[in-house]
Amino acid sequence: MKIPSFDSLKVGEEIPALITPPVTRHTLALYCGASGDHNPIHVDIDFAKSSGLDDVIAHGMLSTGYLARMITNWVPQSALRSWKNRFTAMTHIGDIVTCTGKITEKFEEGGEKLVRLELQTNTAQAQTIIAEAVVALE
Amino acid sequence: MIDKKHIGYEFLPVTIPVEEGRLKFLAKTLGETGDIYTNPDAAIAAGLPGLLAPPTFAFMLEIDALDLVAFMSLLGESLEKLLHGEENFKYFAPIYSGDKITVCKKITDIIDKKEGALQFVISENTFTNQAGEIVAETRTNYVFNHK
Repeated sequence: MKIPSFDSLKVGEEIPALITPPVTRHTLALYCGASGDHNPIHVDIDFAKSSGLDDVIAHGMLSTGYLARMITNWVPQSALRSWKNRFTAMTHIGDIVTCTGKITEKFEEGGEKLVRLELQTNTAQAQTIIAEAVVALE
Repeated sequence: MIDKKHIGYEFLPVTIPVEEGRLKFLAKTLGETGDIYTNPDAAIAAGLPGLLAPPTFAFMLEIDALDLVAFMSLLGESLEKLLHGEENFKYFAPIYSGDKITVCKKITDIIDKKEGALQFVISENTFTNQAGEIVAETRTNYVFNHK
């Protein structure tokens, strides 16, 4: 991994995006087991219908996991200082999750050079996560 | 309506071993192929004590530590109304396979929106490893939709 230097980055610059394969029921079954999030709304269509939905919905944190991959493809995980995720819409079966991010601020704090990023996940229908992360670079 | 008397409620701390197999399974699920997330030998060769847990892993420990049914019962709510609103992380040190992480969870706020049609239950969580070092903190917003 070639780690970007603090000085080389510009506010407004985009980081390399990550686009996932379509979310399948199989994806959600695996994520249910691996994550420990056993809420049936993600894997049991009968339960989803009793919650007023037409079908199961993806775990919000699955898309957050994809966003994390985008970040750690770009910088080592040890650079990540903080990260806020707000879930703004549901992700459905068949959705392709597009993760994008851009630099919104460069600043110094606590003796570290920090870069603030605005991150998003989008499906064809909606923005599903709006997020902000802070990474430390040299 | 969720009673605001629950603000300040602290759950009993729970200690969870971080298993190598769990991290491999999670990496596979997320499409993560990096050696330090998937191959213990490569992680050790890279100077790490074990597989590196990915950035969202603290949330999974939070889930493991929480009995969701008991949580719903405490709040007088049902799972059908629950949505995940926000998940915020602060990172202080890595988590590796072989670690034992203690999760402390507290309800720090309950907020009514739209005259109670929506209620937010905010919890703050602290993750401490076997050396007594705080490795992460999270803030979770559970949304209850009463519409």
